[in-house]
Amino acid sequence: MPPATPRRMNRVALNGGLLLLVALLFAGSLMAGKFWVPPGTWFSHDPRRWIIAELRLPRAILGLAIGAALGLSGAVLQGFLRNPLADPAVVGVSSSAALGAVGAIVLLGSSAPLVLFGCAMAAACGSMLLLAGLAWRAESAVAFILAGTVLASLGAALTSFLISIAPNPYATAEILDWIMGALTDRSYAEVQLALPFIAIGCGLLLFTGRALDALTLGEAAARSMGLRLERTQLLVVLGTGLAVGASVAVTGIVGFVGLIVPHLLRPLTGARPSALLLPSALGGAALLLAADSLVRLSSGPSEVRLGVAMALLGTPFFFVLLLKLRRSTWN
Amino acid sequence: MELSVTDLAVSLGKRRVLHGIDAVLRPGKVTAILGPNGSGKSTLVRTLAGLLDPDAGQVKLGGKLLARLAPRERARRIGYLPQEATVHWDLRVADLVALGRLPHRAPFAGLSAEDRSAIDAAIETTAIRPLADRPVTQLSGGERARVLLARVLAGQPEWLLADEPLASLDPVHQLDLLDRLRALAAGGMGVVIVLHDLVQAARAAADVLLLREGRTVAFGPAEAALAHQPLRDAFGVEVMVIGDDQGRLLPVPIGRVKS
Repeated sequence: MPPATPRRMNRVALNGGLLLLVALLFAGSLMAGKFWVPPGTWFSHDPRRWIIAELRLPRAILGLAIGAALGLSGAVLQGFLRNPLADPAVVGVSSSAALGAVGAIVLLGSSAPLVLFGCAMAAACGSMLLLAGLAWRAESAVAFILAGTVLASLGAALTSFLISIAPNPYATAEILDWIMGALTDRSYAEVQLALPFIAIGCGLLLFTGRALDALTLGEAAARSMGLRLERTQLLVVLGTGLAVGASVAVTGIVGFVGLIVPHLLRPLTGARPSALLLPSALGGAALLLAADSLVRLSSGPSEVRLGVAMALLGTPFFFVLLLKLRRSTWN
Repeated sequence: MELSVTDLAVSLGKRRVLHGIDAVLRPGKVTAILGPNGSGKSTLVRTLAGLLDPDAGQVKLGGKLLARLAPRERARRIGYLPQEATVHWDLRVADLVALGRLPHRAPFAGLSAEDRSAIDAAIETTAIRPLADRPVTQLSGGERARVLLARVLAGQPEWLLADEPLASLDPVHQLDLLDRLRALAAGGMGVVIVLHDLVQAARAAADVLLLREGRTVAFGPAEAALAHQPLRDAFGVEVMVIGDDQGRLLPVPIGRVKS
């Protein structure tokens, strides 16, 4: 007699717990850094509170929003493509946004936040609409993944090309600095730019839950249950383009969050894709806040890049996860 | 309500798969669709389910054009059990059955009392209550077939369209599933099944639609459609007709037609 499924955690308890974790990590993110700023000083006349207000608060807000966007879009894409390896990088949105930003630096010679942001957003949304066009009315998720992979490679290749024709070493350094992904020195300007797009994108993505559940049984069954597949695809593509595009546009590429977070939470939520959406958004926010606080504590003259840190932490973690998964399949 | 097709023509890509099909399917009866591989059975069922648009001709549900119904309304009235039994995520059985309620539920709303009682009834009808907490991947083929049927039944459709539901089931589970489908039809549901086995069709179906190369060879009561000549025409096989203990005539294929 095979064992019954482990009891799933109560939904309210899980989301409440994650929310509390996010709140704690948000506070921790305000405290942590080269200068430790205890909560007692935040609302006092202590001069250190300017560190909080001007430097750490916008950074923490961005960490929260971007982590949520990456976690949520990862969960949606895995459900939509019925593939546990899917994440925003796979469908090409991250590399397209990066291409847009690099294009702004090299071709327009500008690294003003507004120009960078506008170009990255335009490239991200453009590539997502192109993806929707390429995969339109395709009968399987494979077409979507293939088209996304092609777009991702194209974005990476064009970015390399732009770097190679960069006018001077200064521009090259600036590009590399930007691509590696970091929340360092981000201000309220970036918060104001990115937050509305991330919010709208996440809102669109949250509407896909029912459709993702239906797709568990394949496309034919889902459509027979009244699902309008084209509408779902549009929500996924637009939501990802807006949320992840805006995220990459202000931080550069931060990988692995969208891939890891849904995997971490699936054992707690059960496999139903819609039950995974909100927890993945919260889990992504928690992970990014934690990682960003940790990189700030690293010693040395400059911090470890967030994108680099995520990859360094993410890879071994993922190996452990895979080994565990394989072991549980064998038994 | 009746599900009917008139002068139906359907293409897959550029290839015309069905030509001029006419049939009136009766609720409260089991209708079996039979024909050789590639004769258009699955295409016909998918068109009846509203998943494919006809090139010409009409599909009507109770006198109304199927294409005019909103997808959710259509989904509430016509349940479709695809041949593909893939379940992409390892859902709990009860959660999988609950998916059948999707056409009835408002966005973000939880399961209503009506949803719960429909799910419960579907679990009862298909006798899968002991499996309710199990993950789908731990089920046998026979159990999985019952669970997927329960998913469709949870939607309480007027019509159940099943594409080769017996494929990959052993004889006991084939008979069990056919009995359940017959019981559903006896309860008033319209049941359409694609079958390969002539004996099972004769056992289960009141009406039979025989297809060959996308055209109707015979449509009518099972005894007439499953007789020697129509089966020669559709499959190119000779059958021996034997009687079972309930007086039903079962055609058993014994050889190919010699030309």
